[in-house]
Amino acid sequence: MQVPLSWLQEYVDLDLTPTELAHRLTMAGVEVGEVIESGGWPNCFVGEVLEVRPHPNADNLRLCRVNAGAANAPESDRTAGETATGDGVVGVMEVVCGAPNVAAGQKICFAQVGARLHNPHSGRPETLKAARIRGVVSEGMICSELELGLGAGHEGIVVLPPDAPLGMPLDDYLGDTILDLEVTPNRLDCFSILGVAHEVAALTGRTVREPEISYAEAGPPITEQAAISVADPDLCHRYTASLIQGLKIGPSPQWLQDRLTRAGLRPISNVVDVTNYVMLEFNQPLHAFDLDKVRDRTIIVRRATPGETLETLDGVARELTPDTLVIADARDPIGIGGIIGGANSEIGPDTTSVLLESATFNNYNNRRTAETFRLRTDATQRFEKGLRPELAPIALRRATRLIQQVAGGVIAQGIIDIYPDADKPHPTVPLTLKRLKQILGMDLAIEQVEDVFRALGFQWERRDGNANDNDTDSGAALAVTVPYWRNDINLEEDLIEEVVRIIGYDNVPTTMLSTPIPHQQPAPMTQLRERVKEALTAVGLQETISYPLVNLEALERVNYPAQEPESRPLKIANPLSAGQEYLRPTLRASLLSTLSYNEGHNEGPFRLFEQGRVFLPRPDQLPEEREVAAGVIAGLRSEPSWLVDNGPLDFFDAKGMLASALALLGLPEPPVWEPAEDPALHPGRCARIKCGPAQIGILGELHPTVVEAFDLKHRPATLFELYLDQMLARPDTADKSGQSASAGQRGRNFRSLTRFPAAHRDLALVVAEDVPAGQVQAILTRHRLVERVELFDLYTGENVPPGTKSLAFHLYFQSPERTLNAEEVNRTLEGLLRTLQRDLGATIRN
Amino acid sequence: MSQTTAQSIQELTNTALTELAEIDAPEALEQWRVSWLGRRGGLTAILRGLSQLALEQRRELGALGNQAKTTLEENLERRAREISQARLARAADQERIDVTLPGRPVATGRLHPTTQVVREITDAFVAMGFSVVEGPEVEWDYYNFERLNIPQGHPARDMWNTLWVDYVNEAGQQPMLLRTHTSPMQARVMEQTSPPVRVVVPGKCYRYEATDATHEWHFYQVEGLAVDAGITFADLKGTLYEFARRLFGAERKVRFRCDYFPFVEPGVDMSIDCFACQGTTKDNGGSGNSSDNGGGCRICRDSGWIEIMGAGMVHPQVLAGVGYDPEQYTGFAFGLGPERIAMLKYGIDDIRHFYSNDLRFLRQF
Repeated sequence: MQVPLSWLQEYVDLDLTPTELAHRLTMAGVEVGEVIESGGWPNCFVGEVLEVRPHPNADNLRLCRVNAGAANAPESDRTAGETATGDGVVGVMEVVCGAPNVAAGQKICFAQVGARLHNPHSGRPETLKAARIRGVVSEGMICSELELGLGAGHEGIVVLPPDAPLGMPLDDYLGDTILDLEVTPNRLDCFSILGVAHEVAALTGRTVREPEISYAEAGPPITEQAAISVADPDLCHRYTASLIQGLKIGPSPQWLQDRLTRAGLRPISNVVDVTNYVMLEFNQPLHAFDLDKVRDRTIIVRRATPGETLETLDGVARELTPDTLVIADARDPIGIGGIIGGANSEIGPDTTSVLLESATFNNYNNRRTAETFRLRTDATQRFEKGLRPELAPIALRRATRLIQQVAGGVIAQGIIDIYPDADKPHPTVPLTLKRLKQILGMDLAIEQVEDVFRALGFQWERRDGNANDNDTDSGAALAVTVPYWRNDINLEEDLIEEVVRIIGYDNVPTTMLSTPIPHQQPAPMTQLRERVKEALTAVGLQETISYPLVNLEALERVNYPAQEPESRPLKIANPLSAGQEYLRPTLRASLLSTLSYNEGHNEGPFRLFEQGRVFLPRPDQLPEEREVAAGVIAGLRSEPSWLVDNGPLDFFDAKGMLASALALLGLPEPPVWEPAEDPALHPGRCARIKCGPAQIGILGELHPTVVEAFDLKHRPATLFELYLDQMLARPDTADKSGQSASAGQRGRNFRSLTRFPAAHRDLALVVAEDVPAGQVQAILTRHRLVERVELFDLYTGENVPPGTKSLAFHLYFQSPERTLNAEEVNRTLEGLLRTLQRDLGATIRN
Repeated sequence: MSQTTAQSIQELTNTALTELAEIDAPEALEQWRVSWLGRRGGLTAILRGLSQLALEQRRELGALGNQAKTTLEENLERRAREISQARLARAADQERIDVTLPGRPVATGRLHPTTQVVREITDAFVAMGFSVVEGPEVEWDYYNFERLNIPQGHPARDMWNTLWVDYVNEAGQQPMLLRTHTSPMQARVMEQTSPPVRVVVPGKCYRYEATDATHEWHFYQVEGLAVDAGITFADLKGTLYEFARRLFGAERKVRFRCDYFPFVEPGVDMSIDCFACQGTTKDNGGSGNSSDNGGGCRICRDSGWIEIMGAGMVHPQVLAGVGYDPEQYTGFAFGLGPERIAMLKYGIDDIRHFYSNDLRFLRQF
């Protein structure tokens, strides 16, 4: 909303500087986004055309003698003027002018040499120089709108009103300051200049001068000349109309055009301009019909019937539905109520009779209709927020008066006013000092509150509180009548906001919460998630966060079966782009895109993870949102270094990091890694991670097709996922309080540090090549006297039989109760060997 | 005789010490020990000769001889230590390295800056008795709007451009959406708990919005809610002031101005005084945008103030909607954007850096 101060000050005195005013408004909730200064025309003045003669050498140019006022006369002339007392012609200059509308006697905008003006030919601001035009020297210029930056007009010069003071700097006469308001949806009143005037008055202790709305009526009453009915009062709460006949359509006077231009609207013609002017002034959108185009001079406000169409003022033929409220004549729609008029009743150059509409339409229907037709007009912006019906006749009278003023004509007697709810006045809003204190935490005297309401133009009655209440002040109550320009005050709390925003928030005390601290809400998933992030960063992974919307193509690149009905991801109805159509069912696609993107300008190593939600659709419910941590590891093991013998990060680097991270998290049982398959991962290099019966994750080298699909430079790339819901939801670990003994609880039971020494043995085994080392290790670890097992060598080749491999372990035997003797250790070892031989066919390597 | 013996003890001691001072090899030390202190050494020979003397003289000279022995032994020990230290020092001197060479790289991982700032924010509120709760990112219209006093067709819906899920229910409505704020948890938390309530809700939010340097369609928000009998706007001011001091320094000042969010009344937004210019640039009115201002403070654009969050007293309709009696219970709610806080704290000029996951960005935090 653009508020020119020149217009605003017609209704309220402005004592503050524009920036101070902007600050006060902003603090009170009417945010001023920008203070725009228009003007900046040095060396431009109000001038007068004294004489217009043809240019000797050009038919389309004229020579004008212009009086720019005494102060602006060149040195020589001024002296001459002073001596030639009584002449009155001082500061006179000769100017070449091409405008067809220039005439002697006009007040005009005169630019002297040295002025900075917009040059329409170059499109840039330029400094005016004295020029010889077709052989005649021009000592300045008479300006058009375009040259001054006031508007787009360049066919003719700007003609100022006759009372424009000669010689006044143009900045003083035409310059303006415009407040660009960023109005919140509740402050409908501040979409109007008068509404802002009321706000300014309240903030600065001034009173508002209401515009004149009276006029003289003549001839037969309007009711004898037009018939209006409202068939659907649920969609049209009030309909008022007046009639002006014998008027003449033409351009608006300059003052009216200027005001519209400065407020950001384009002048069209006098009648239409008045409707826009009053909309800006009072907020009430109005519409003018050419009464001679209204069939039977009859207007019916009704829902459209199926199949009806209307060509609207923007030239679009629109199909109407029974949800559309139309203004119809005896047969056809001639406008969509509160949104846009029809071409069939449009005001034209020959219009002489205008039926002027000022109505209150249902805000919800108006908004819905505007959305349906994608027509966010200035009218809709106001109607949808719920204009008060009291406003309609006030604005109607104001506009009727102005139309007669600028277009002439005779105003029929009376107005039409259809207002079924006229006997239901706007309800008063109660306020007690008790509630005020309960909300704000401060005591206010009733007089302070009344001062605020007085400043805002509210009316109120004092109602005594409980008669038995000794504390009369806090029992005091007001019943407040809210004026027609405010639609946002409906509750006690709304009034409290009015009080606090006017007295200022600094005047409210600042206290700390003194109410009891509630019990902590348990949030095991949040805690686990944050710990997972910490564990993964602790083992060297960088956290990333990516958009959770993906497209099907990206999912297919990680071999996700997005097309299968049972795994189809959730679709966005109005995606921002084709790449962001689906809620991700996996983190893999975005994670690998992140890797690929960073490979473009980074040498690695790449150790990345994301901790986020995947979305799994459920019929007629919100999707399941599962917390997943996914990571990818690729590139060299270490940043290039003179020290490190470098190799590519591989499966076992990733497994090592993950195992360390899981150890940090402290699972209830040690993780078990089993060979597994996954469509995105290498068939022979993939492991599921289990903790007890639950699969808590997966780890594997990327499948070659996936590497290729993402065009990854660094191979191998190893990916992992941890499923936090599985880590958390272990039914066997849930205790009675319902809190699960999740990662980090059972794994952290203290074991006493044993006093007894450990016995160490090395064991080299030969097993078939396809026996997983994990199984061997599991058998060794299981024994109660085995404290620790370390695989230190894996060998295949010359010295072991073909088809077998050798595994060498350090074994540490220890008892918490006593020192183990050699015989005991040897016996244990032999027992283990028998088990290994029986279960896995293992033999001692010679 | 005794005079001579005493003299020879003294001479022997002097000679031995002079010799010792010149030794610098461990082997020579042993030879020295043998020749002076050994069984056949000079001192032993003198002491042995004392047995011929009278008791009185023997005692006197014996003490002298033992004293000389102690002196020689102590000096031997000291010299041995000196030689060993000198040898280690010489060896160490041979083992010089270039300490300016880079160290062996160790992999480090960092948390995303948003994670770090969300933690900073939630920690500040947890210290004031708030719990951290979270909610679904895909929400019903009911919780995202209706329960927050933003019914269907309300013009305030324009404040939140929404990404809708392609799902139509039996009534022909499209009620599923990506939450536009974390505020839906207000109703969800209050539905599940009776007062008192004190929670903060961090999480991802989404808007149907074009991105630019200050707008992302995907961002985080931390919502907060405190409800109980007796909570006032003055408490809102105190709590948020304390938060601002914790995050931006104890010397911060705060300022509140009127603002509109349909689920609070009165509604405000809070600014802190500019920590970059300390508010020394002119306070030209807080709009911070007047067209005539040139360079000045990049952070507050010369207004002296930086808006950091919206807040307000929980709207009675929101309370009534979850079955709380608005006559009895009051409370405040607030919401702020961690990315904006991070941008202010670290001087990040473009919000689009956050989720493009460029390691050159992420590794700076």
